[in-house]
Amino acid sequence: MKIALPVDQKTMDSPISPSFGRAPYFLVVDTEGGDFEAVANEAAMAPGGAGIKAAQKIADLGAEVLITYRCGQNAHDVLSAAKIKLMRAVAGTAGEVVALFQEGKLEELTQIHPGFHGRGGM
Amino acid sequence: MRLAVLSGKGGTGKTFVSVNLASVAKEAIYLDCDVEEPNGWIFLKPELEKKQTISVPYPQVDQARCHGCKKCVEFCKFNALSYVGEKLLVFPQMCHSCGGCVLLCPQKALVEIEREIGSIEYGRAGELETRGGILKLGEPSGVPIIEKLIGSIPAGKPAVIDCPPGSSCTVMESISKSDYCLLVTEPTAFGIHNLALVLELVKLMDKPHGVLINKGLPGETMARDYCIREGLTILETIPYDSKLAYTISQGQLAVEKPKYRQLFEGLLGRIEKEAGL
Amino acid sequence: MRQLVVLSGKGGTGKTTVAASLARLARKTAVADCDVDAPNLHLVFKPTLVSSKPFYGYQIAELDQEVCINCGRCRELCRFGAISDRVADPLKCEGCGVCEAFCPAKDHLGRPAIRLVDNVTGEVSLGKVRGELFSTASLKMGSGASGKLVTEVKKNITSRATDQELFLIDGSPGIGCPVMASITGAHVVLSVAEPTQSGLHDLERIVQTAKGFGARCLVCINKYDLNPQITEQIIDYCRREGVEPIGKIPFDPQVSKAVNCGKPIVDFPQSPAAGAIIELWNKIKDILEEES
Repeated sequence: MKIALPVDQKTMDSPISPSFGRAPYFLVVDTEGGDFEAVANEAAMAPGGAGIKAAQKIADLGAEVLITYRCGQNAHDVLSAAKIKLMRAVAGTAGEVVALFQEGKLEELTQIHPGFHGRGGM
Repeated sequence: MRLAVLSGKGGTGKTFVSVNLASVAKEAIYLDCDVEEPNGWIFLKPELEKKQTISVPYPQVDQARCHGCKKCVEFCKFNALSYVGEKLLVFPQMCHSCGGCVLLCPQKALVEIEREIGSIEYGRAGELETRGGILKLGEPSGVPIIEKLIGSIPAGKPAVIDCPPGSSCTVMESISKSDYCLLVTEPTAFGIHNLALVLELVKLMDKPHGVLINKGLPGETMARDYCIREGLTILETIPYDSKLAYTISQGQLAVEKPKYRQLFEGLLGRIEKEAGL
Repeated sequence: MRQLVVLSGKGGTGKTTVAASLARLARKTAVADCDVDAPNLHLVFKPTLVSSKPFYGYQIAELDQEVCINCGRCRELCRFGAISDRVADPLKCEGCGVCEAFCPAKDHLGRPAIRLVDNVTGEVSLGKVRGELFSTASLKMGSGASGKLVTEVKKNITSRATDQELFLIDGSPGIGCPVMASITGAHVVLSVAEPTQSGLHDLERIVQTAKGFGARCLVCINKYDLNPQITEQIIDYCRREGVEPIGKIPFDPQVSKAVNCGKPIVDFPQSPAAGAIIELWNKIKDILEEES
């Protein structure tokens, strides 16, 4: 199964990014085999709707689980329509956090913050 | 005359000036364009006569026709569309109503429908007609409401337009059809700095303008000095007065007191003169 | 690094004045001015510039008159009235791309005569104040994407600060998108209210907005002696809503004098407002500890 994490650097040593929609990269880890891939997050540059675009990307990458600190309402709507499980990130490197997930030690992310209302001030 | 009252900085007294000017003007309309945080009603206490809902278009998808080509998702610059789980999701509040997705869909699976973003309330306070825009909490942009508000001013009717703070698109829309802009500032470093921002805007939009210095303090000349340096007409200076501040905090009109009625009548006259009437 | 954001629903309540003083009192604190439409904090702190970079908001349409065949399609389709006389108005253009998508005329590279181009709509800068990081930005008038810009201003700090204990953010007034972007990630939100009818009304809206973010919500009342009855109403409101009223600051003419000579009021600890803010800070410090 594929697990996605928003990260600040492209390696498994990176901590989880505090942001989801505007994280610079996503790490996608395949639990069968342990392969991972770092993908640039184009949504980070979006003037608005970054969460939605990022969530679309996670769905397009075929991830079944997303581990993140924070998720907005709009991104959450996309992820749940794509049936992607949302888990709450904890401190540690991406590698450590994935291991914690596999040991069943992570909790579901239930606190979804309101959307930023998108139109960027316009 | 359509008079717009604006300030770069919030809290300088836009609404205070607007409601009191509107109250001394003859047969005028007061328009509250600060649709995110309208406050004019607190002072004018109008009787509500009519409420008009304001709606904007956004796309609705016929899932049966949608083939999942994602042309609309890729086109939308505002990320209002997402295709996941073999369904097209629409995020109405992200949509800027550009109509592009509907035009582009090869399956004609998208049509535009309307959603309510707020309303305009028409009222009356004595002789004064009032119109206030309110944006629903959670809606991102009040610009369509302001557009309707400004468009509703009957030709030839004097209007006082209470603008939102700042110099963003809501302000631009509010002053777009005004004949004269009254810039309200306060003699503080923040007030002057933000005055400069809104001044740039009125110059860019070619609007005749003048300044009102509010909450003036004895010995503090920075606002006056700035105006002189920039060649700005100072139409009035209202000194800080804790009694006046209390009156305002209670939501009362200053012009109920003769001293301020005189002040605002004089100010209105000066503005009309400046605006060439 | 704990995050504290200072907000007000209504402009002019004293948000920046309070934020400036808190920043001065706190140790090892990085500061960001997220009021990107009208940044004021730098006027108090006068940071020395370390770096600055342009900010790109929405793209805007640009029409190449040489390639344009004057068919008028773009003008017909533009919902924002941005196109007239074969010129796209940057103030009206929202960057939707409809004109570009339907333009029939193409240049030698196959690009449509009217197309979206990058648009610098602001600037983000990083500076230092007494050795601490200070991040700010400004947005060109009429531009959107202020939420994205706020995020950039915060990233300037969060991507760098390592030994800072506190990140203090001067937020935007209002309840819109830039405010939301200011609040996200905050552990503590301090709303600065003023005791007026308008102030109470606007406080309600900002509190509702802030509560959705899971931060600890605090309220302080500035210029409280202006109207003691409404001050009490605000305190009652706070208690009903489960937000903490943690301080009252008296009206103090020395405040604007201090601001006007570029100093936070707590640089004059004898002044009444400074005293109240120092007390306020002591409470906030404890709360930030609790939130660790």
